[in-house]
Amino acid sequence: MAVEVLFWCIAALLATAPAAVAGVRRAWTRIFVYAIALVASTIALATVAWALLTDAGLAQTLRLPIGLPWLGAHFRLDPLAAAFLVVVNLGGTMASLYGLGYGRHEAEPGRVLPFFPAFLAGMNLVVLADDAFTFLSTWEFMSLTSWALVMAHHRQAGNARAGYIYLLMASLGTLSLLLSFGLLAGPDGGYAFDTIRHTQLSSTVASAVLALTLLGAGSKAGLVPLHVWLPLAHPAAPSHVSALMSGVMTKVAVYGFVRIVFDLMGPPAWWSGGVVLLFGGASAVLGVLHALMEHDLKRLLAYHTVENIGIIFIGLGLGLAFAANDMRGPAALATTAALFHVFNHSVFKSLLFFGSGAVLTATGERNMERLGGLIHGMPFTAFAFLIGSVAISALPPFNGFVSEWLTFQAILVSAQLPQWLLKFLVPAVGGLLALSAALAAACFVKAFGITFLGRPRSGVAQDARETDTFSLTAMFALAFLCLAAGVLPGYFIDALAPVVQGLVSAQMPPQATFAWFTIVPIAESRSSYNGLLLFVLIAVAASLAAYVIHRWASHAIRRSAPWDCGFPDASPATQYTAGSFAQPIRRVFGTAVFRAREEIHMPPPGDARPARMHVHLHDLLWDALYAPIAKVVGVTADFLNRMQFLTIRGYLTLVSGALVALLVILAVWQ
Amino acid sequence: MAIIQDALVQLGQLLLVLLLAPLLTGYVRKVKARLLRRQGPDLIQPYRDLHKLLRKDVVLADNASWVFRVAPYVIFATTWVAAALVPTFATGLAFSPAGDLIAIVALLGSARFMLALAGLDVGTSFGGIGSSREMMIASLAEPALLMIAFTLSLLAGSTQLSAVATFMQGPDVGLRVSLAMALVGLVMVAIAENARIPVDNPATHLELTMVHEAMILEYSGRHLAVIEAAASLKLLLYLSVIGCAFIPWGVANADQDLAAYAVSLPVYVIKLAVGGFLLAVFETAVAKMRVFRVPDFLGAALMLGLLAALLLFVSRNV
Repeated sequence: MAVEVLFWCIAALLATAPAAVAGVRRAWTRIFVYAIALVASTIALATVAWALLTDAGLAQTLRLPIGLPWLGAHFRLDPLAAAFLVVVNLGGTMASLYGLGYGRHEAEPGRVLPFFPAFLAGMNLVVLADDAFTFLSTWEFMSLTSWALVMAHHRQAGNARAGYIYLLMASLGTLSLLLSFGLLAGPDGGYAFDTIRHTQLSSTVASAVLALTLLGAGSKAGLVPLHVWLPLAHPAAPSHVSALMSGVMTKVAVYGFVRIVFDLMGPPAWWSGGVVLLFGGASAVLGVLHALMEHDLKRLLAYHTVENIGIIFIGLGLGLAFAANDMRGPAALATTAALFHVFNHSVFKSLLFFGSGAVLTATGERNMERLGGLIHGMPFTAFAFLIGSVAISALPPFNGFVSEWLTFQAILVSAQLPQWLLKFLVPAVGGLLALSAALAAACFVKAFGITFLGRPRSGVAQDARETDTFSLTAMFALAFLCLAAGVLPGYFIDALAPVVQGLVSAQMPPQATFAWFTIVPIAESRSSYNGLLLFVLIAVAASLAAYVIHRWASHAIRRSAPWDCGFPDASPATQYTAGSFAQPIRRVFGTAVFRAREEIHMPPPGDARPARMHVHLHDLLWDALYAPIAKVVGVTADFLNRMQFLTIRGYLTLVSGALVALLVILAVWQ
Repeated sequence: MAIIQDALVQLGQLLLVLLLAPLLTGYVRKVKARLLRRQGPDLIQPYRDLHKLLRKDVVLADNASWVFRVAPYVIFATTWVAAALVPTFATGLAFSPAGDLIAIVALLGSARFMLALAGLDVGTSFGGIGSSREMMIASLAEPALLMIAFTLSLLAGSTQLSAVATFMQGPDVGLRVSLAMALVGLVMVAIAENARIPVDNPATHLELTMVHEAMILEYSGRHLAVIEAAASLKLLLYLSVIGCAFIPWGVANADQDLAAYAVSLPVYVIKLAVGGFLLAVFETAVAKMRVFRVPDFLGAALMLGLLAALLLFVSRNV
């Protein structure tokens, strides 16, 4: 039943795409497309959430007679797929709702409207796919539709390059997954997931599959060092699509990884957990450091996706390490933490991209250095963005903290792992995770403080007005979810229990049994957390203090000019900027990580030219990894280019030479 | 009966930390003054200051937003809740299961987040410099503190501070290198987080190296009073954490009767007095360091914490 409902929703989304092409010149097409997407996503969300919570309609399969003639297209709704479909369709619902208002400002709606529902349908199909062929073709469909959306504003500087790099990385990713599935299916070509699940892999093949999956799914998710396309492509798309790409599509990539490595590959080797941990830790810290150096609001958010994907992969890596050592309880804890963070990140990252979209429509600016003081013109957007900022910085009582707390708890259990390498690696990764959490807080003080607080740094920021009701509804719904998942995490953990059970054959203790909504990952004597109590306590203590003071001490307020140590300067240019805010952290970490260098031109006294400062940052990964590849490809292409201009004699020589060479090889081979 | 006792202890502790915190600040100031052969203000001067500030008008910058006005109360509340989770004179607090050591660190992080935002709100250069430096310091101090929390909880098998205190009182502790490193690291973090010399100077204004004071420069009246109270609470909290984790003797346990508190309360006050005295001596003996030397100082704390945790990871098979 559930699968049929889902397919009707997907069909409605797919049918909307050509309809949007047909009606692209009409004004109501926008409302039509987003309304259909909203209704379809909401129905799909309700269906999968119901299926996940009640266990009804799970493990249902569906076979459509399309695709490979002897295979058909298999689809299946199991707990893992249902959990990720909740994320996909929650993101879809909110993005459609937001799009109803935000889409009004789209200059070329014909470049967005047809692809938006198709993109949503593609993500749904990937998660539902139950054979390799369907998985890969829907994966590619998802990539191409999102690529079209990235290219929606193709005339803006840099977007064409972003689309090009995205296309290259997406092709590389799909190729890796294709090879990975080829290895999984073996020589007999059993492409159905059920067949793959029952195939035993030799350890060499398993490690090759792991490497290829890390490359394929990791490049889509934005794992360092495969993240280079992400901060270019995600911000280039319209903001509700950025939210979908960052909040949801990266999660579909995580789904691909979990499906292959946890489900299809069979029991993992212990070192596979270590490899995943290493990539996760590197992504977490490098992502947030890049974000701190960034002054473009949307690109900052995109880099934070890299960070959060790192946190998710840390959880998954721990899960693999525990599962390989048959430590079922800790494996369940680590995997739950990762999956909970998948949900949490999709919620607050969508919220933050929506907020940046509202700022973009109100001011036309993404550069934080030209914003400031928006809290006065856009109070509601500012409030929602603040909630998202606190949540992503892993601060209690919001949801980001709970999943990171669970990850920390999993790290603390891993002292029991027997392998020495893991014993060294895990505390180091724990340190990286703690570092990334602290840096994320610094980064979001910058993002919120420079954008929304202070004084306006430009005329457009001065005149910014609040965004529309649809966008605000979507943002506040997500902000509410941030709080709800933060104060009542037990329900979410329990909802994930069947998923985790399917992945590592164990689950966390049922949280509903603990009093007062306390969550207990392992045992009450070991650790517990109660977000609800903390939230209530903070609220009560703050209100009590405010009430007592206002009632019995003083409540008078006198407005005056800022004090600023007696030397207030009227110019907003004297405020701290995003660049100056990040400068101390750049000095601490940047010299090593980015080879940051400051170049200061100070004209001599009497010279009227302005002083200038340039900051040079190097992306060492790009220089070390991608630049050589690009160079080799360029040189090879130049060389091969000569072959286009041979004479007919030259071509004939080439052909006969190739023939002789092949025959010689054949003769030697036999 | 046990629940009522826990609740009473919890309530008593909530009030105790609130009442004791300004006294601790006054005491540290007094000791510092005496070490400099000054008379120094009365021990109860901080109470007088708070009382006076609370009754004064708030002078608010024209462009201050609601964040600026809400922040003091949020900072105060989160710090107070964090302090309420630390066992001071007795374990077995009613709220103890609500948050462990990691949650306490994160609650302090929430307070700092709001304080840094408040520093940016009015849009002055001093506020910005304070916020920016505070977050730089926190970006190293917080992971260091978390690594120390890891060390303690790996030893005690629990991240709950009550359990850590109980374990440290027990016979299985022994002398460990990890504990020594964690203690040194924790003291370094506590100095940095409470804006003490050599990282920051709580007694200066109009100095380019100030951090905490720069953020709260625009605050006045009751807002300033609440923030000052929160700062005192934070100092008390750190001394209490050091006390309950590293010198746990005298902390009453959950199963003991009320008579035990007659001993544990004075012992706690003595611990605070010793801690405050050592802090004052240390502050008087060292010079303030340049702000870009602070990362080296805190980097050392982070490495100590990491090493302490790493040693436990490789040496233990629990």
